[in-house]
Amino acid sequence: MKESEPITCDVAIIGAGMAGMASALYAANRGLNTVLIGRTNGATTFASGLLDLLGVYPIEQKKKRLHPWKGMAELVAECPEHPFAMIPQSAIREAFAELLEFLKLEGLDYCGGADKNHEVITALGTSKPTYLIPRSMLEGARAFREGRPCLLIDFHGMREYSARQITSVLSKKWPALRSERIEFPEALMGGELYTTSMADSLESAALRTKIAEAAREIRKENEVVGFPAILGLKSARKVFADLQTQIGAPIFEIPTLPPSVPGLRLKEAFESYLPKIGARFLPFFFVSEARKTGDGGFELTAGGESHHGLVRSRAVILATGRFLGKGLLAERRAIRETVFNLPVYQPGNRKDWHREHFFDPEGHAVNRCGLVVDNLFRPVGKNETPAFQTLFAVGSILAHQDWARTKSGAGLAIATAYQAVNACRVELGK
Amino acid sequence: MHVQALIIGGGVTGAGLARDLAMRGVRCLLVERSDLNAGASGGNHGLLHSGARYVSNDKISAIECRDEAAILKKIAPQCVEDTGGLFVAVKGDDENYIADFPNLCAQCGITVKELSVPEALEMEYRLSKDTTAVYEVNDASVDPFRLTLENTSHAESLGSIFIKHTKVEGFTLGRNAITHVHCRNQLTGAREIIQADQVINAAGAWAGEIARMADISIPMLFSKGSLLITQTRLTDRVINRLRPPSDGDLFVPGGTVSILGTTSVSIEDLATIRPEIDEIDLLVDQGVEMIPALQDARYIRAYAGVRPLLQPKDGDSGRSVSRGFHVFDHEEDGVTNFVTITGGKLTTYRLMAEKAADLVCQKLAIDIPCRTAEAVLPACGEHEWTIPGQAPRLWLKKQDPTDLIICECEMVPKSGVDQICQLLTTENGKPTLQGISLRSRLGKGSCQGAFCGIRATAHLYEREILEKSDGLRDLRQFIENRWKGQTTILWDGQLAQAELQEAIYCGLFGLEIEE
Repeated sequence: MKESEPITCDVAIIGAGMAGMASALYAANRGLNTVLIGRTNGATTFASGLLDLLGVYPIEQKKKRLHPWKGMAELVAECPEHPFAMIPQSAIREAFAELLEFLKLEGLDYCGGADKNHEVITALGTSKPTYLIPRSMLEGARAFREGRPCLLIDFHGMREYSARQITSVLSKKWPALRSERIEFPEALMGGELYTTSMADSLESAALRTKIAEAAREIRKENEVVGFPAILGLKSARKVFADLQTQIGAPIFEIPTLPPSVPGLRLKEAFESYLPKIGARFLPFFFVSEARKTGDGGFELTAGGESHHGLVRSRAVILATGRFLGKGLLAERRAIRETVFNLPVYQPGNRKDWHREHFFDPEGHAVNRCGLVVDNLFRPVGKNETPAFQTLFAVGSILAHQDWARTKSGAGLAIATAYQAVNACRVELGK
Repeated sequence: MHVQALIIGGGVTGAGLARDLAMRGVRCLLVERSDLNAGASGGNHGLLHSGARYVSNDKISAIECRDEAAILKKIAPQCVEDTGGLFVAVKGDDENYIADFPNLCAQCGITVKELSVPEALEMEYRLSKDTTAVYEVNDASVDPFRLTLENTSHAESLGSIFIKHTKVEGFTLGRNAITHVHCRNQLTGAREIIQADQVINAAGAWAGEIARMADISIPMLFSKGSLLITQTRLTDRVINRLRPPSDGDLFVPGGTVSILGTTSVSIEDLATIRPEIDEIDLLVDQGVEMIPALQDARYIRAYAGVRPLLQPKDGDSGRSVSRGFHVFDHEEDGVTNFVTITGGKLTTYRLMAEKAADLVCQKLAIDIPCRTAEAVLPACGEHEWTIPGQAPRLWLKKQDPTDLIICECEMVPKSGVDQICQLLTTENGKPTLQGISLRSRLGKGSCQGAFCGIRATAHLYEREILEKSDGLRDLRQFIENRWKGQTTILWDGQLAQAELQEAIYCGLFGLEIEE
C-alpha cells in the first residue's frame, strides 16, 4: 500500500457533500489552509441542483411556504434547538451570497434570493417550493405560476422521466401544458438513455441544432418549452443560451432523480474552483482513525484501496452526513457517530425511530437524531460541553432538524458551514 | 350469476380447490376480496416440509407433510427447488431431543441421515462452529405465488373464473341452504349476487368470519408468525434448529435470498398483521446461534402471516395446537350446500383441496375421483416473472436493447411489466404497482421499490394505463406497502436506503405533502 507524505493544514474537512464543499469554499476564501477529505468523490452528485432554504413548515400541517424567511422565524421561535436557531438571518443571506458569487464565476447562474420561494415542477409532476434555482429552471417556475402554454419534450429511452406523466398529473393545475416524446439524436435505437450522457451530448453544437430543429417543428406558437434537466454539464450557460436562441422561445429544464445533472454541475464547479483558491480535495479517502494531538490539533488516518496517509490539522469540520453518508451508523440497539464516536442524540428505542406510515406528515424521529452542537457549531461530548475546542460539525449530521421534510437541504448545509467556518477561524486565531 | 361451485378465498387452498374441481368438470367461480395469496399463503416461509419438524409434537402433520411434499415435487417441479434440509443442534441445545430425534422420525416414516459435523460444515460453511449434531432431511423450498398462479391458470383454462377485489358480505339462507351470496367489488363498490349449488369457504384465517354469515361458529385461534429476508442467499439448504419447535428455528432459501423465521404470537385482531421490532430482534438473536453470519447480514424486508388454527379442546398455546386441517360439512349445522376447509399448512394445500373437493363432488353427485396427486401442474410461461433470477435470464436471452430494465435490483424489464399488465387487465383487475409486484419481483430487491416504483410509474403513464393523479396515488400506496416490511429492520445499510428514499420522495419530490 502506497503511503503518502503527511499533510498538514489549518482545517481538515471530513465529508465532500454540500456541507463539506461549502465549508472548504468558505475556509479557503478566508485564507485558511484547507484540506477536504471525501470518502467518495462527492455526495453533491446526489444534489438536485435546487438550493432549498425552507419550503414547508410546520411539517405536520404540510404547510408550503411562499416566504421562507417568515417560515424560518416561526421555526426558530418554536424549535430553539434547530440549527437554524443559532444562525442570524443576515448570516444565512451572506452565506448564500458568497456561494452564488463562486458559482457565477464557474458558469452557474442562480436566481432568487430575495423574500420569496420559487415553486418548481418536478419529474414526478409534483411541485416544490425552493429558494434558489439555476437560471435554466427559471422560465419553468414562471410558466407554471402563470399557467402559460407550454410544451414538455422528452426522449425515447428515458426510464425515470415521463413528460406525459408530468402533463397528466398537472392537467388540472396547468391545463395549457402538453407533452411530446421524440428521438434523441444519435441514440442507440431505442436503447437506454441517462441524463448525464444526454447532458454531455448536448455540449455538441451539432446535436443541439438537431434538437432545436425537432423542437421548432412540434412547438406551437406562444409555447415555452421544457426539457428534463440535461441542458449541458460543463458549459451549462452556453448550452442553455444556444438552445434557447435556436428554438426561438423561452426554454427551461425540470429537476430529475439523482444522480442529477444540475447536482453534478455543482460538484464540477466546486472541484474546479477549490484548487484555484488553494484548497486541496482528497477524494476516495476514508478517515479510518481520528486522534487528538498534544498541541490541541488532530491527526487523521485516511486512505482508500491503494493509498493511505496522515492528515494533521489544527481544526476539523465534520461534514460526514447521516446514514447514507456514513457519518452515522445505526446498529440494532443504538446509533453511533463514526469518526470521533461523539454522543448522538437519539430516541431511546428502535421502536421509536420510525412511524408506521412512511409518508406520515410528522416525519420520522430517527431523521432528527444526530450531533448536538454549541452556538459555535462544536459537537458536545458526554458532559454537554464541546468535545474538542476546534472540532466543528455541519450539515445533515446535526440533530433537531428534518431537512427532507422542511425542504432545507442545501440551506442547512450552506448556513451551518458558513457559521462553523467563521467560528473556526476565530478559534484558530486564539 | 349462477355457478356450480363458489369458492371463497384466493389463497393456495382456494386455488388448489378450483383446479381440483375444474379437473372433475365442475364449473367454479373463485372470489377473493383482495389479490392472490392475501393471507397465510402470502406470508409464510416458502417451506416444503419434510415433516421432521413435527415428529415430536404433531405426528399427523408430520406424516401429511412427508407425503404431500413428495407429491408436490413430482407434480409441480416448476414451483419447487429441491434444496434438501439439515437439522442442526448447537452447544446448549436439548440433548434428549437430539437423542430421540432419529427414532421420532422413523416412527413417522421420515428419512433422516446423520452427518458428522465436519461433513455438515463442508456442505454449509456458514453453520456455527458450535454445531454439535446434524441430520439431513428432504426439506425443499417452494414459491407460494407461483403455486397459486399455476393452480388458478390451470383452473381458468378448464373454464373456471377467478374474480379479485370482490368481498363476500353476506348470505341469504333458505330453509336448509345458502341461496344467494352477496358480494361487493372493493374497487368500484358495485354489488354482485351469486347463486351457487355449492359454497366452499376456503378463507383461511377468515373462515370463521365467513361461517358467521351462515350463523355457524368455527372457533379459531390466530397465531402470527414474523419472518425476515436477507439480501443474499446464505445457505443452499433449509436449515432447521434441532430442538423442540421454538422461535427462530428455520432458515429457508428462497431463490436468491434466504428467509429467517419464525415466531408465534397469539393475536385477536386480523386487521393489522405486522412484524414487531421485538420479534425481529429475537429472530436475529436466535438465528445467529445457528448461523453467525446473520449478525451482520443485510436484511431487506420483514413480514408477517397469520396461521389459521382450529381451536383445541384444552388451553394449548398457538405453537402446540395441531397444524392439521379440518373439512367441515355444514350439513351438520343445517346448511346442506356449505363446506369449510381451514387450518393446515402450505405443504398440505393439495390434500386439503382434495378432501374438500371430494365432499363437494359427493354433494353434487359427481363420481369422478381426484387426480391432483398424479396430474402434473402445467407450467404457465407468464408466471415465470416470480422466479428469482429468472427475469435476467429471460432478458439476456431476448437480446433486445429496447427492452429497458425497470427494476434494476431484480432485473424486471418493460416487457415483463407489460405482460403482467395485460394479464391484470384481462383478469378484470386494474394494473397497479402492487399487482405487478405480486406477480414478479418488482420492488423485492434491496431498494424495495424506491427506484423501480418511479420507473414503473413513468412506464405506466407512457402506456396510458395511468392518468392524472392515479399514478401518484398508486406510487404512494406502493411505497407504503413496501414500508410495512421495512420498519422493523431499519438499521445499518437498510436505514441508509430508507434515508435515500426519504431524500428522493420527500426532499426532492414532496410526495408527502401532495394532495
